[in-house]
Amino acid sequence: MPKRVGIEVSLAASEAACACDTDVVAAYPITPQTHIVEHLSELVADGKLDAEFVPVESEHSAMSVCVGSSAAGARTFTATSSQGLALMHEILFIAPALRTPIVMVVANRALSGPISIWNDHSDIMAERDVGWIQTFAENGQEVFDLIIHAFRVAEDPEVLLPIMVNLDGFTLSHVIEPIEMLSASEVKRYLKPYKPQMVLDPKVPVTMGPVGMPEVYTEAKQQIEALLQGSKNVVVKAWKEFAKHYGRTYKPIETYRTKGAAVVLLTMGSVSETAMTAVDRMWDKGMRVGLMRFRLWRPFPLQEFRRAMRGVKVLAVMDRAISYGGLGGPVFTEVRSALYGTFEQPQVFGFVAGLGGRDITVDMFEEMVKKAIRYAKRGKGPTYELIGVRER
Amino acid sequence: MAKVDAIIGWRNLEIGCAITEPGSSRKLRTGDWRSQRPVTDRKKCIKCGMCWIFCPDIVYSPLRSGYYKWDGEYCKGCGICAHECPKDAITMVTEGD
Repeated sequence: MPKRVGIEVSLAASEAACACDTDVVAAYPITPQTHIVEHLSELVADGKLDAEFVPVESEHSAMSVCVGSSAAGARTFTATSSQGLALMHEILFIAPALRTPIVMVVANRALSGPISIWNDHSDIMAERDVGWIQTFAENGQEVFDLIIHAFRVAEDPEVLLPIMVNLDGFTLSHVIEPIEMLSASEVKRYLKPYKPQMVLDPKVPVTMGPVGMPEVYTEAKQQIEALLQGSKNVVVKAWKEFAKHYGRTYKPIETYRTKGAAVVLLTMGSVSETAMTAVDRMWDKGMRVGLMRFRLWRPFPLQEFRRAMRGVKVLAVMDRAISYGGLGGPVFTEVRSALYGTFEQPQVFGFVAGLGGRDITVDMFEEMVKKAIRYAKRGKGPTYELIGVRER
Repeated sequence: MAKVDAIIGWRNLEIGCAITEPGSSRKLRTGDWRSQRPVTDRKKCIKCGMCWIFCPDIVYSPLRSGYYKWDGEYCKGCGICAHECPKDAITMVTEGD
């Protein structure tokens, strides 16, 4: 039976990468990811993790080293946040294109400006389309488990794509939670040694990342798109295997009290626990409101989402990022698009909240739900709005 | 159906679009978009090999006679050889003339 210990979630993330016997860590410290990198460097320095720790000078280099080490056949881990993730941007596209199964933890934080070190999802939503598998953790245990799951999925020969495991900065990264820590030997039963399908080796020379002329570029893109879409089955299968080994079950979309609920609230990440409290309170008041949460964001779990939406009349989507000049938050626009053309098309309303570390309270969730119900009854409302914004 | 100019199907692409045949770039003829070509006047040439050394591609190769052979398959007409030639033996001639 694995030991349950009280540990800071950041340290648990490092311990997870350590339990996975990571070969290379290349990372640059940035708030609120810092403790993850610090602890990994300690683990390497103390000889607890036999890995190459590369203290690079920027996140652009961090991701470049990760692509290189992964291409050389090493199990590779890194972590970043906010501006750091943005600085990695151009290399983020290259990692899936070269089929390098890197695992990266993103401690989600707002993007400048104004400068903000606090939590929201604007960093990750700006990297939505880079070709990485993306999962979101709700609590510390999920962070630990999703990292182990990530290596298993990423390194699957049918996938060979990088994965970002998202955890909310501070609200998750800096809290101490009781977590069941799996040891390296326990992880080994689930995660086999990495067997790269193609490596940089002078004895068998290959060229990775050559120019793609117009005659081949479209096909190269299609290869990644097909793999990413197809990876969903591997993601789900790996979660099922995880449940068999360790007893914790994960799904692409989690629902809470949606049975008999005509109104559903949709969230992502750690605020979902606050949202559950809000849902409980609303049921107590006689409001039939359920909660839906994306754990898997890329590839978008379309069938699972549509299935979960059966019978739902009103959907209130909460975004933690703003899409300037757009039609609503990134989650909202995508979710609404996913429902277009379905038989029972529900009314969907978007709410942007919790930007740059602003608290999202139980009352706020109730406000969103009540507004969505009101707009739905009236048959119209703003497609999306900011919650808790002060005018003057 | 519209004409597709793809050279390979996506299902047949190597992992990550990698090239697995070493030295395959030699097969890539890159001199077809040149607008000028260098022409060497062998009366002025002193066989110093500066054109061979400075060529950024693999256009020039030494001959037994000491002169240098020009290979149009790779020449992009950059003119570096003409610029570097100490005897002004190389002149750039517009293609098609």
